[in-house]
Order: sequence, then structure tokens, then C-alpha cells
Amino acid sequence: MNPLLGDRRATLILIGPALLIYSVVMLVPIVASFGYTFTTGNAITGFTFSGFDNYVRLVSDARVRDALLVTIRYAVLMTVLQVGFGYLLSLLYVFVLRRWSSAVRTLVFFPVVLPTVAVALLFQQMFAIAPQNGLVNTALEAVGLSSVDWFGDGGTAFLVIIVMDVWRSMGFYGVLLYAGLLDIPEEVFESARIDGASGFGLVRRIVLPLSLPVLVSSLIFSANGTLKVFDSILALTNGGPGTSTSPLTIYMFDTSFRFGQYGYGSTVAFLLTIVSLLVTVFIFRANRRDLTKD
Amino acid sequence: MSRTSRRAAAFAVASLTIAGLTACSGGGSGQAATEFTVLGNVENEVVPATLQTLADGACAAENEAMPLKVETVPQTNLNQQVQLLAGQGGLPVMYAVDTNELVQQLDDAGFVAHFDELFDELGVADSIEPAARSTVESLYDGEFLVLPTEYNIEGIWYNKDLFTENGVGVPESWDDVVAAAGTFQDAGLTPFAASGEQGWPLTRLVGNLIERELGPDALQAVADGDADLTDPEYVAAAQQVADLGASGYFGEGVGSIDYDTSINQFLNGSSPMLYMGSWVLSNFADDTANQIGEDSIGYLPFPDVDGGDGDSSQLVANVGLPFTVNPSVLNDDSKAWIACIAENYGQVALEDSSRISGFTVSGDAASNALTTEVRDRIAATDTTIPWFEAYFSTQATTTSQQNAAQLVTGAITAEEFMTLVQGDLG
Repeated sequence: MNPLLGDRRATLILIGPALLIYSVVMLVPIVASFGYTFTTGNAITGFTFSGFDNYVRLVSDARVRDALLVTIRYAVLMTVLQVGFGYLLSLLYVFVLRRWSSAVRTLVFFPVVLPTVAVALLFQQMFAIAPQNGLVNTALEAVGLSSVDWFGDGGTAFLVIIVMDVWRSMGFYGVLLYAGLLDIPEEVFESARIDGASGFGLVRRIVLPLSLPVLVSSLIFSANGTLKVFDSILALTNGGPGTSTSPLTIYMFDTSFRFGQYGYGSTVAFLLTIVSLLVTVFIFRANRRDLTKD
Repeated sequence: MSRTSRRAAAFAVASLTIAGLTACSGGGSGQAATEFTVLGNVENEVVPATLQTLADGACAAENEAMPLKVETVPQTNLNQQVQLLAGQGGLPVMYAVDTNELVQQLDDAGFVAHFDELFDELGVADSIEPAARSTVESLYDGEFLVLPTEYNIEGIWYNKDLFTENGVGVPESWDDVVAAAGTFQDAGLTPFAASGEQGWPLTRLVGNLIERELGPDALQAVADGDADLTDPEYVAAAQQVADLGASGYFGEGVGSIDYDTSINQFLNGSSPMLYMGSWVLSNFADDTANQIGEDSIGYLPFPDVDGGDGDSSQLVANVGLPFTVNPSVLNDDSKAWIACIAENYGQVALEDSSRISGFTVSGDAASNALTTEVRDRIAATDTTIPWFEAYFSTQATTTSQQNAAQLVTGAITAEEFMTLVQGDLG
């Protein structure tokens, strides 16, 4: 019997167009961007070769270190929280709500489809203090606490970003992990219950190990997405106050398009690529064993 | 699958691929425009409105030949948009640019018209006020690179009624202003209306304090490298503004107050003082927005600092966020439009929007008492001084404006603020 990929010509014709488009749209710009890291200049002044200057600058730039810290802090917190809440939601759907979970699932998923900028504007108004108090500050004052300038300090602004993004995306992970939990056959639960497992023990010993493949996929998906966060932070705080909530993506955007330094901006982008690669490789290697067998 | 349908499918796939690739490429070269395209910043409502009035009135013939088309973007995105369009060769005929550095780069690439030559060619060289032209040339290395659609002096606009109600006299020195702020805060008002989101209304105060204390050349000295912003005298000025913030004179959440909100704060009577340029006269003339009435607004030049080398006759003057013209897309129709703008802009802007521009105004234009007072002051001013970021690079300007709110809220010290800005000056 001919192996499926044995017919070279058929393979080439079938994947040819897609491979061509992928190369032109994805691979060529990546290589070009890597080339830009060795130059200085922008589209108006032209590009001049500058060797490793950009990399030397990258290593000594304090702003890059701050941006990298913001990126990593955001990625870790968001991954833990959104996958964590998503998992709790999926357990809720499977064990508590059962048949009536579809309405709740839809409602919780709804923020995922909202435009990021619209959600950011919503949260900006909710946490506003000037010219008048938003919802949160009004609530704080109603219980007797003083209102907080949420966007005046890097720490509280970061908190608002996390709250906004977790609210927006936990529904997605809830649905994703719910699909993973549905795969676990009913008989496994019945036999576990007969053996005396219930509640937390059931989750820890039966559900968690059996849903590990989809959980790991969610973690990888989340880690990669959160490392590249851009529009939600830009729309909410514009990287501010100052640059205290600027991740690498916003710093790269400012450097390239605000200050007109495309070469250095490409270098920062390259750094982000390396970080994403490292995270993905790390997660893959940590879970190299075949999770479907045991 | 039959041979013909296989061939059809292959052809369809190939043509889709090619269509996709060609759609990605392209972008026009500098061919002459068919519309008089203008790119401005959203916050500037006067230029689009004035151009539209001209298109419907004095420049109707030119508009017939080449219709006007105005686009605006938020000021924080303007530079990026201009750079993007310049890189693609798609700059409109007339466009606004936010920083001197970018104008110089665009000039090197041939995207900025030299108006001394252009106006001589069009025969409208006498439609520019000499004072405006010299201010432009002092900002752009001796070259006449931008259109003076505004010619502004800056100062403190104050609410005369609130001053009288609270028993505060017109301040004569900076210490008087600070004392007045204290009185107003005790009365429950927000002494200064300032936009921390924009940042520059706060750094204007820093710049003015530097120039009042150290003399009118203090910022040129920094640009030339003879002084550093981190020198103690310069840091002291930033410290004074930080102290104002520490006393709460800018109100809460100053970093979230945008430009329009700060103007509204002044115009609805919540703040008795607003440091702003005279472009704000257009807002004062708007009866729906102006709840305190034009008669209760007074103008005070930034006052003296006791023992300082500068004095209050030296006013910060600028041409606002200027517009320039793209010579690579000029043709006879667009040149006719520009000549028409040069001859008529001053009159229309002054009458319709109370906007003082650097274009000459023929005859007597109707304007209110405040506008006339400002025009008289402009005519009487000998020395104009630059604002804080006037000679900064784009990066330093962004750093200065982004960190101004933090300076005022105390999140960073004056020393740190000046270090950040000085570090980006190179």
C-alpha cells in the first residue's frame, strides 16, 4: 500500500499554495526583520548597516529589562489565573450545572468576542477617578473607603489590566477545558464513586490526570498569547503611567514607530521571539511523555 | 476528478495566490494628487473647520478644481501615521507634524516644502507676519518649513470672577500664584486645570520656571550641551512643579485628565487657573462650552520669579502643532489652493474661531476684547522664548510628556524625571 505522503507530486501540489503564502507572509518578514536588527534608521531616513550596535544597546538598556519584567509578570499571572479560573468554570459546568450549563457558558464566554478596545474603554470608565468617580471608586466611597487613583500608579494599573483580561478570557478557557472534561467517560466517575472518591479527592485523583493533555495545551496557548499582549494594555493605559506597564510589545512599538528607530525596535522584537521560543520549548520538554498513555 | 475540473481548480488556486500577493505589494509613488488631501490631529478643530469655510467661500474655485479632503488622527498617533505614510510614499498634500526632529527628517527626504521659495513662486510672500516667520525659522534651523496656521503666546488664563469672590488679587510673582492656589484649594476648587494625560501642560510650567529663574537662553544652553537638565538649578524648577502636585493643586487623578477635560474644568468654573497657549481662545469663543463667559476670563503672562534672571515680558511663543506641505505631490491645482489659503486663512480663522495665526489679516477683523488684548501683546513682545521640549528629540519629548504626570503625583522624584529626559536627549 502506498504511504499517504509517498506521492511527491501530489504532496507538492496540495501544500504548494499554502506553503507559498505562509512563506511570503510569515517567514520572509521574519528573516527581513532579523536583517533589520543589524541596521539603524527608518523608512524616511533610510537604513544604514550598524553591526552589533543594537544588540549591545539591548543588553545595557534598563528599559528593556523593565519591559521584560512586565511581560513575564503579566504572562505568568495571566496564564495561572485565566487557565485556573477556566478550569474551575469547566468543573462547575460538568459537575454542578450539568444540563443547564449552556446558558451560563454562553454568558461567561461573551466577553471573549467583544473588541479589546471597547472592553478597555469600559474598564477605563469603571475605574476612573477624574473628572468624576467611576463605578469602583463610587462603591469604595459608599462603604467608607477613599477612592483610589487606579491608573496613577503602576501597581494598581497592572491590577486593573489583570482583572480586565481575566474577565475577558476566562470564558474561553472554560469552554475549551469543558470540552476536554467531556471526554472523560462516565464509567470512570461511577467506578471512582463506588470506590469512595468524592469532591476534591475525585477532582485531584481522577479528573486532573485525565484532563492533563487539554490542560497542557491550554497552558501553552495561554503562555504564547499572553507574552505577546499589546492591544488591551495599549487601549487601557498606553503603557503608563510613564512606562511602568509597558511590556516588550509596546516598547518595541514605541521604539519603531514613535521614535523612528526601526533597527532597535526589530532587536527588541527578536528578544521577544527568543523568550516565546524558550517558553514553548520548556513546556514541551516538561511534558514530553505521551500524556494519553499512562 | 476529471481533467478539466482539476485544471480549473489548479488555475483558481494559482490565480488566488497571485491576487493575494499583488494585493500585499504596491503603494503609490509620488504622483500628483487629485484631491487636496489634508492630515491633521483630532484635537485641532480649527484647521479643518477653517479649510472647509475657505472651500465653501473664498477658495470655492480652487475647491472645484481639486476637492478638499480632511482626515484626522489622535495627536498621540500623528507622528506614527506620518512616518508610515512617508515610508509608503503616500503623504497627503498638507499634513501636520508633531516634532521638530521629524520635520527635519522629512525635509531630508524631500517631503517638506520650503515656503520661502514656494511663496515667492506663488506671489504670496507678504501674507506671512514677519514675527511668525522668524519664530518658525528659530525653531527649524533657520528654514521656513511649516505654515503658521497658529501663532500663539502662552500664559495663565484666569477666572476673574473666582479671583474676586475669593479675595485674591491678580498675582504679580510666582509666589503670589502659589499663594493664590492655596487660597483656592481651601475654598474647595481645583487651583490648576492641567492635562496629565497629555503631559505637556505640566512640563510647560517646568520650562517657564527654568526660563524665569535662569534667563531666556536656559533651554538653548541645554540643547547646545552647555548645561544639563540634571543640574541642580534645573532640577529645582521640576521640584517646584512636583511640590504643586504634592499640595494637591492639580486635583486627583491628573494623569487621567485629557486635554478637553482640562479645558472644560476651566470653562465650567471648577478651576480658576489654566496655563495654555492662545489657541485656546477658540474654545473660549464657543458659547456652549464656555459656561463662565468670555468677559470673566483674563490673561496673565507667566509671572516673575523673585531673584530670577528672566522676566514676565518674555513669552513662550510657538506656531502650535504645525502643518506643512508635501512638495512631491504638488501640481498647479494644489498650488492655487495653497496660495488661496495663504491669502485668506488669517481672516477666516480670526473671525470664525478667534484663532490668531501667522498669516496677515487684511483690514479690521472683528474680534472680541480678549483676542484683541492677545494680539496687542503679541505685537508688543520683543523676546519670545521656547517651551520645555522645543529643542528635544522625539524620544525625549515622549519621555518628558509621558512622565510629567508621575512627577506631579510624586511617583517619581524631580531628580529622576530630569535624569530620564536628559538620558534621551542625545
